[in-house]
Amino acid sequence: MAGVSAEPRQVDLREPAGWRRTKNRLATWLMVLSFVLVIIPLGFVLVTVIAKGASSINWAFLTGGPVPPVVAPAGVGGLGPAVLGTIEITAVATVMAVPLGVLAAIYLSEYGGRNWLAAFIGFLADVMTGVPSIIMGLFIFTIWVLHFGLSGFAGSLALGCLMLPIVIRSSYEILRLVPNSLREGSYALGATKSRVTVTVVLPAAIGGIVSGVLLAVARAAGETAPLLFCIGAAETANANVFSGADTALPLQIFSNASQPYVGAAERGWGAALTLIAICFILMIAARLVTARFARYSH
Amino acid sequence: MENPEQNTLAGLEAIPESATRQNVALPEPAAIAEGERAAQPAAGTGVPIFEVNGTSIYYGSFRAVTNVSLTIYEHQITAFIGPSGCGKTTVLRTLNRMNDLVVGARVEGDVSYRGENLYARNVSAIAVRRRIGMVFQKPNPFPKSIYDNVAYGPRINGIRNKSELNEIVERSLRQAALWDEVKNRLGNSALGLSGGQAQRLCIARTLAVEPDVVLMDEPASALDPIATGAIEDLMKEIKDKYTIVIVTHNMQQATRVSDRTAFFSVLINPESDTRTGTLVEYAPTERLFGDPQDDRTKAYVTGRMG
Amino acid sequence: MSTVTRVDPASPAGSTRPLSQRRPLGDRTFQLLALGCGLLVLVILVLIAVTTSQQASSWFSNEGLKIFTNNWNPGANQFGVLAFIYGTAITAIIAVILSVPVSLGIALLLTEVVPYRWSRPIVYVVDLLAVVPSVVWGLWGILVFAPWLQKIYTDIAGGVDGVPVLGPLFGQPVSGASFFTAGIILAFMITPIVTSLSREVIATVPAIDKEGAYALGATRWEMIRGAVWPHSQAGVVGAVLLGLGRAMGETIAVALVIGSSPEITSHLFAPGYNLPAGIANLFGEASGEFRAALMGMGVLLFVITIIINVIARGAVQRNARRKRGA
Repeated sequence: MAGVSAEPRQVDLREPAGWRRTKNRLATWLMVLSFVLVIIPLGFVLVTVIAKGASSINWAFLTGGPVPPVVAPAGVGGLGPAVLGTIEITAVATVMAVPLGVLAAIYLSEYGGRNWLAAFIGFLADVMTGVPSIIMGLFIFTIWVLHFGLSGFAGSLALGCLMLPIVIRSSYEILRLVPNSLREGSYALGATKSRVTVTVVLPAAIGGIVSGVLLAVARAAGETAPLLFCIGAAETANANVFSGADTALPLQIFSNASQPYVGAAERGWGAALTLIAICFILMIAARLVTARFARYSH
Repeated sequence: MENPEQNTLAGLEAIPESATRQNVALPEPAAIAEGERAAQPAAGTGVPIFEVNGTSIYYGSFRAVTNVSLTIYEHQITAFIGPSGCGKTTVLRTLNRMNDLVVGARVEGDVSYRGENLYARNVSAIAVRRRIGMVFQKPNPFPKSIYDNVAYGPRINGIRNKSELNEIVERSLRQAALWDEVKNRLGNSALGLSGGQAQRLCIARTLAVEPDVVLMDEPASALDPIATGAIEDLMKEIKDKYTIVIVTHNMQQATRVSDRTAFFSVLINPESDTRTGTLVEYAPTERLFGDPQDDRTKAYVTGRMG
Repeated sequence: MSTVTRVDPASPAGSTRPLSQRRPLGDRTFQLLALGCGLLVLVILVLIAVTTSQQASSWFSNEGLKIFTNNWNPGANQFGVLAFIYGTAITAIIAVILSVPVSLGIALLLTEVVPYRWSRPIVYVVDLLAVVPSVVWGLWGILVFAPWLQKIYTDIAGGVDGVPVLGPLFGQPVSGASFFTAGIILAFMITPIVTSLSREVIATVPAIDKEGAYALGATRWEMIRGAVWPHSQAGVVGAVLLGLGRAMGETIAVALVIGSSPEITSHLFAPGYNLPAGIANLFGEASGEFRAALMGMGVLLFVITIIINVIARGAVQRNARRKRGA
């Protein structure tokens, strides 16, 4: 190198200035902005629901009945039938969808291997998660309500169809994560495949599966469209899920929201707050289960 | 197979070098009285447990191991040694049909256990594994309590009686030299054990079903030297009740614990650039290390290869 | 080999069965049970298609291709549903245009910018968005959001009156409950799923490529453009399509805020209708031909969303397979 001087050259290690830096900064700020853009509507909804709904919430509202007609002012009657309906319809749907869904996930992860049928079924389950919930309602209407009438159970069937692919998908992901060394340890002791699955793989995966189920339940509890054509619009509490019309919180919110009466709006907010509270509790429970479970796996 | 004339030292020396691919073992003993367990035999004699004859193992169309023939004897510790990729673990896993779990795995040739073909069509892998247990390289305790880990095997075999299970758990943990350390916390999760303890738990778990053979795939490679020593002592203690086959990459370990050693190596096919494992030499341990017959064995045990 | 005398091994605790035995019945049953549950998915999907089509068959046969006309007049037994299809497409497109940049921004924020400790809270917040039920979005939308938007719409419409492209899009008529409002709310609802899928897709970009870009002295943005984007293009398209599918199928929130007016118009601030909202709002009083038409709308919706989902899942899976080096 010609002209090498005795002193070391100045090395500029600062950030590249100019347009490159600006573009980079701008990009970063845009990314942060997108997160902010998400917090704003979320915050608005939550704040509004809590502010407007809190005043309606009292014991009579949550457990009393019957459900008043939409023109009635606030304070008349209660949404007890709807709360009961949501709980019982969602519970029956869960009892149906979870065993079937977990077994299907077991098929996909333990027995399916790489064969084409398992890949196809897995693909179909994914596609099924995207089927609009109202289609499930129309489906159950066609094959059940037209023959057996409106009932809470019909709603459970529709919600079950909705929950099934969700439970399959989340359970499958968890089962796949169970380390193979556990399975091998069980096989080496002479266990049959079903034993290995039920006594070692499932217990190892149970935390993640439960967490996924809780999230699916939260989703199902908030669904309105599947129930629209299946459960009718009862006004009094119906403890028998299998016969007679029923009602549920989301349905109440829907019917109250589409009416211009003040009382209806207040009931709507109260029901919305109740429903959101239920969904949030389920979501937090799911997170707690995941966190607790993580402590027991290596 | 072998003929009885070779049951002399002179007969041994007559075996040509080209026989290295064959079983260099001494021939079968005379008939053993039925039901009587053989006393600790002189090296090389004893009841054959496994007879492997001209066996090759494939994964799909890839030949992982070729033309292995050896006999494993009862109440001995047999070690498989060799460089990585030589197929020693593959051969081990063939002995209890664990390779069945790998898609596309295929065994050609004879593998028999106490005279019965392990890979016959009507042989149940489940039944095989109840008699031939396995301890893995990385300890894999179930996420259950210590008690439930050891009781798992007996339970799936139908034992439900609480006192019987208690007895089995204690006996197995004692055999595994773990009882004193865990007897007061049998209900604790097994995941809280140290590496060495966890591996002894896995051994206890394997012993709880009272197998005939215990296969060990590098059981101490994930452990520190003290834990390794404990495992090796354990092996020597239980040898008179079980037959042990161990894969190890640690030659000193092989000399410390094993009665017979099989040295595997890798054949490299220059055209297809594939590596296939093969058995090179199989002999009583002192002979294999002290006076190896094959050049490859010599190179490996003196440290020039692998 | 046969000079060996068989010595009986110690019988394994509790079992004296010989080596050969048939596979236990319970094991086989369990496998069949699991397979059956897996097939249930296929069965349900097929049943849905078959039974709803059956119910809608009278509509299909009576109207034939006229179902694709904008001729919705139940009173006169006319059931052309083009307006609903148009509304479905428009609201979904608005939702995607609004949501995708935001979702991608968050996904990039989480994978490239934010240290791991902070990513969990951010993910929780985005998931909270997904937990809000559709009907609550609708309630808030129609009672609070729409009236607020109406003022904004009116201002905008006043401003763009007469302007060539913007006028027809954003001019009068203006209503709080409209295509655009529905689009915005749908955007809120699909952001969580598009974000989470985009994150998955971006995570498949090999770290080596990112490090290579950084090693050349690239800024973060340059690395994203050069290393992340080319790898995740197909997958992101898949994520976007999935969001599109979700937006098309969302029912209740849209039913409450779209304005319930089956019209085809370029004015985005005008009230409109879409397929699921129509079914939800009108099913109650419908019967006979009307009901068959609504069922038919359901069939159309089913087919459209299935097609979009199949394409989307295919794109996402192809992206995942690339990472595994297949």
